[in-house]
Formats: sequence, structure tokens, C-alpha cells
Amino acid sequence: MALPYYASASEKAVYYTWRVFCGFVFVFLIAPILIVIPLSFNAEPYFTFTEKMLSFDPEGYSLRWYDNILTHGMQNAQAARDGAWWSDAWNNAAWIKAAKSSVIIGFFATILATALGTLAALGLSQSQMPWRRPIMAILISPMIVPIIITATGLYFFYAKVGLSATYPGVIMAHATLGIPFVIITVTATLVGFDHSLTRAASSLGASPSTAFFKVTMPLILPGVVSGALFAFVTSFDEVVVVLFVAGFDQQTIPRQMWNGIREAISPTILSAATILVFVSIGLLTTVEMLRRRSEKLRGLTPN
Amino acid sequence: MSDSHSIAPNTASAETAGPLKTADGKPLKVALARAQARSRRRAFLLVAPLLLFVVITFVVPIFQLLAQSVNDPSFSRAAPNMVEWFAQNPDAEPDEAAYAALVADLVEMKKNRTAADAGTRINYELSGSRSLFTSAARSADRMEAPFMEAMLDKDEKWGDPMLWQVMRGASTGFTINFYLAALDMTRDAEGNIIAAPEDRQIYVKLFIRTFVLSALIMLTTFILGFPVAHLLAVLPMRTSNLLMILVLLPFWTSLLVRTTAWIALLQREGVINSLLVSVGVIGEDGRLSMIYNQAGTVIAMTHILLPFMILPLYSVMRPIPPSYVRAARSLGATSFTAFWRVYFPQTVPGIAAGGLLVFILAVGYYITPALVGGASGQLISNLIAFHMNDSYNWSLASALAALLLFAVLVLYWLYDRMIGIDRMKLG
Repeated sequence: MALPYYASASEKAVYYTWRVFCGFVFVFLIAPILIVIPLSFNAEPYFTFTEKMLSFDPEGYSLRWYDNILTHGMQNAQAARDGAWWSDAWNNAAWIKAAKSSVIIGFFATILATALGTLAALGLSQSQMPWRRPIMAILISPMIVPIIITATGLYFFYAKVGLSATYPGVIMAHATLGIPFVIITVTATLVGFDHSLTRAASSLGASPSTAFFKVTMPLILPGVVSGALFAFVTSFDEVVVVLFVAGFDQQTIPRQMWNGIREAISPTILSAATILVFVSIGLLTTVEMLRRRSEKLRGLTPN
Repeated sequence: MSDSHSIAPNTASAETAGPLKTADGKPLKVALARAQARSRRRAFLLVAPLLLFVVITFVVPIFQLLAQSVNDPSFSRAAPNMVEWFAQNPDAEPDEAAYAALVADLVEMKKNRTAADAGTRINYELSGSRSLFTSAARSADRMEAPFMEAMLDKDEKWGDPMLWQVMRGASTGFTINFYLAALDMTRDAEGNIIAAPEDRQIYVKLFIRTFVLSALIMLTTFILGFPVAHLLAVLPMRTSNLLMILVLLPFWTSLLVRTTAWIALLQREGVINSLLVSVGVIGEDGRLSMIYNQAGTVIAMTHILLPFMILPLYSVMRPIPPSYVRAARSLGATSFTAFWRVYFPQTVPGIAAGGLLVFILAVGYYITPALVGGASGQLISNLIAFHMNDSYNWSLASALAALLLFAVLVLYWLYDRMIGIDRMKLG
């Protein structure tokens, strides 16, 4: 919206103040995330830019904190970096172990949340669905109820049924937390869905499962995949449930960062944060591409 | 279906010219109802597995928490004889039989090593009781009748009517005392509900602080978010999509990454303080403490929750036709009137959606206050975690959690009434 030529001086002032203000808000939003990237290459154990960094002296920068991600927790970090060293890192380094359990938990929680959530979204988007509103309210509530309450309840429940400190326990909890996101994204995709397409498939002799996999699924797939990504990120970023119900074996990346912030704060967590920022850039790009593809598939043009 | 079944009613109704029939002879109404019932069933069966899953992994644990909040069996389980005496003698002063039961239980407690647990349960309501129980249990098996005298010899405190009142309350297992404690109330020796001592009233204050800070965060996200959402809504799609990335990237970035970033920025030796010192705004010893206090909580949470304000606002503002404001202007409204009377009212649904969402999320926040809040920036969630992990008063933690849950569910209900949960959008 450009400023019209007849705008008065005060209108101009408001207009430019507004624009500058928005600029500041954008800086506020993005600067903290970008600032960790250069800071993670700090050669000194500080959380601020050293003079050498500001003068772009190569000595002010180093990869030591990234190296620390690899070596922290290894049995013999000082050994020569041969095959044995790398297998030591793979098996014992704390961050690598955390990454492995994060991926395992995230993967299975995503599968569970996406499969159950997509089925439910299909049911919920049908007009004949009974008790639609209360059921929807229950299914969305894990997103709304404070995580500390969920974690406390799970702590009592898992202690009783023997799921404490097990992978299935954490996976089920994370799947529950991811389900609202799957429901919301998939039902949003189904809003514009033309149900006569499945009816046409059935009248042409397709069985319900053929109609679903050949007609419905390809059309709602972008929504399903972005729901799955949301569910994965929810699990990948979750720390409170892990703090309450996970055991020593299920330490995830956020849990490792939590330790890092709480106990021995060092720029190592900044380098871990930098890696995670790039992961989230990748996820955001994927989701945006899927959203555009979904709009194209459904014949919606971006305004 | 056999012929004899389908033909018989068909011929009968042809004579009477009854209601409409389907080809196989059922009344149309019945067939329709049956078909609708079938599709209702099919829709429900699609949802059923997930509903079952969520009930098991979410609803049942919440009820478990509610059960814990009114029940702490650690005393009643350890002291069966006392439980029996209290049940048989309602409202009676402790007599010799009561003390005999107490000694018998203390002997058992020593054997089963439960004296500390039982004492801790009593200690929640009467401090100093834990050591009373552990030391009495140690010497209980050497005690001889009359037990009343023996116990009072051991420690005068065993005659305290307050102690007996608390033990009576704990003997049933079920109690609302944890809710009383969570609301800064307690019971006196007669069992009447009174306000807790001044210096122990912390929970109501903390609830108020949580709500005030959440409202403040809602306000700051609104002040920062409204102009930005408006800008994104009026810019051409291409530019606004680009700028949208700046909103969505924080949304997709790990919470702990963002909290870490704020620690790096705000701490005393952090980026902002160093910048201010090198520019000369503040001296080396005048470094601002912007973190590990309420300011840290508010700044970091505003940043984290801002996308939850901008996105609903944007999705409401985008479809508002710019011609409305132009029409208002051409009819003589000043630009302020056109904005305030024509544009702003149309954005109210977005403000309600964003504001409620931010408030709901802020009220239950745990991670950020725990990491950057210091002592003054802690919210109610942090106290729940403290009672779970450090003081082990699980029932009090559950009672606090239940009160918080109630508040959030009221807000959730409000959100559903005003906006509708099925209209919630992401990204």
C-alpha cells in the first residue's frame, strides 16, 4: 500500500513511523536467531563478540565448540582421529547419543501421530460425524493444556503401568502432543476437498481402500506431510515430558541443551543451536513448498 | 435377503399406497435413517482409534493427577491402627487407646521403614513433624504401657491437638487440604479453615503474578504484532511472503535455541550489554541485569509467542478489502477515523484469537521462565515442577496443577465459543 500523493504531513509521519516500527519488530524476531550463528564460532568461552571477532581476525574464530559437540562424553577424546575414534564418538559422545534418541523418538511418534491423526481427520471432516465439537475439543486439548500438567499426569500414570524410562512411554507421550497439529493441518486440507471425487471412484468400481489410496490420499498428501513435520518438530523440540518420564537412555537433544543451559553453560550449546537453526530453516522451506503445492492441487490461487 | 421376506411387505403396502419405498421394499425413511446411521458409524470408527489413544495417553493421566491432588495415602497406609481408631472415634480426644494405636503403628513403621514417609505427609501441614515421627519410631518398640504417658515423656509435642487434627485428616487418605494449601489456607486445631500464616502465603501471589505477566506478554505481543500483521496484510503477496519468513522462522526454531539466544544477548557479559558499554551508554559497572528476573521472562516469552499473535491477526486482516477504508476516506473520514471506525472493528476476531492463544500458552509456560526467569520471573508451572522434583509434595503439585488446568480449560472453552477450535490455523 503506497502512500497517496495527497497525504498530509502527519499522515506521512504515521506511515513512516509504522514502517520503521515494523522494521524493528522484524529485527527483534530474527536477530536473536541469527546472532547465535557467528557467536558459535567464538574462539573464547564467552557469549559476546570479542575484539578479534569484530576486526575479523581469523584467530578470533574457531570450530572448537563444534568439536566439543563431538568429543563431549567420549571415552578417549584425545586419541588419534582414526576409525576407532569415530566409532567411540558414534557410541559415546553425549550429543550424538542425544541426536540418536531424538530421531528414534521423533520418527515413531510422528508415524503414530500422523497415521491416527489422518484417519481421525477424515472422520471429523465428514458432516455426519456425531459429537464432532466435543471430540475435536478433546483431541486438540494436548496442545492447549500446559505441558507441565501433561508431564505430571504422565509421571503418575507411567509409574503405575510401568512405562517410565522406556522408549514406548516417551514415544506415546510425544505422539499425543503432535496429534493436534496433524488434526489441524489435515482438516484444513480437507475443507476444500471435493467428496464427489471419492463417490465417482466408488461408482466406477473402486473399493473404499482403492478410492482412498488412489484418489483421496494424493490430494490430501501435502497436508498430511506438513502435519507430520509439525508433529516431528513438536517431538524434536519437547523437553518437559522427557524431563519427567524419560530415563537415562532417552536423553534427547533438547534435554541435552537443557543440561547445558542449567549446569555448565558454554558456547557448545550455541553451536548446537546453530545446527538446529539450519534444521528449522530446512523444515520451514519444506512446509512452505508443500503448502503452495497443496494450494495448487486444490485449485486455490494465492490471493 | 430371502424372497419371501422382501416380497411380503411390498405387496401389502402396494394395496394401502403407504409411504415411499426403496427398490427392495423398505420405507424410504427407514432406509435413509439406516444409511445415515451407517455413515455416522463409519465416521466415528475413523476417529475412534485416535480418541482411544488420546484417552489413554492424555485423559487418564490427567485424571490420575486429579486423584493424586485429593489423596496422599503415605500416612494412612503406614498407620493402619491409627486409621481404625480415628474411624471408630470421630470427634474424640486422643485417649490411651489412641496412643496405644500410635505406638503400635510406630513399631510397624520402624519395621517397614515408612516413618519418614508418614512423617513427611504430616509435615506438609505441620512443620517439624517429620523428625517427631522418625525419632519416635526409633524408640517405639521399647515403650511400655501406659503409652500416653510414655509418648508425652518422649516429646511434649505428641500432645499437641493440632498434630492430632492433622493426623485425623491424613488418616482417610482423601482430603481437600492440598487445595487449601494451594490457595494459601490451612486448618486450625479444631479443623476450621483459616488463612495460612502471612509468611507462608505464596501460591495465590504466584497465581496472580502468572496472570499479570501473561496479560503483560499478551499486551506486548499485541503492540508489536498488530502493526506487523497489518503490514503483511497490505503488502503485495510476493513481498509479504518474503517478510512472512521472518515470522515463521522463529516459529519453527526450537524453543531452547531461542531461549539460549536470549541468554547470549541479555546476560551481564552478553551482546547487548557489551554493545552498550562499548558505545558508552553505560559504564563497565553499570551493566544492566535484563535476564534471570521478570524482565528476562517477559522479553523472551514475548519473542517466543509473537508469531502466535501475528499469524491469526494476519489471517483475519488479509481478506479485508482495502476499498472499505478508501470508501470511508472518500466520504470524508480522517485517516484515523477510517482506521479506528472501519478497519479496526474488522480485525477484532483476529485480536481475540491471537490474544487468547498467547494468554493460554503463556499461563502454562515452564521452560523459558525456568531458564531465564531467575527467582522473580518464575511462574506457577515452575512451582509445580519444584514440588514434583525437589520437595516431593506430589499432592500439592497436583492440586496446583489442577487449579491451573481449571483456569486454562475456562480459557479454552472461551476460545471455542468465540473463535471455534476447528478454525485454528497454523503457518
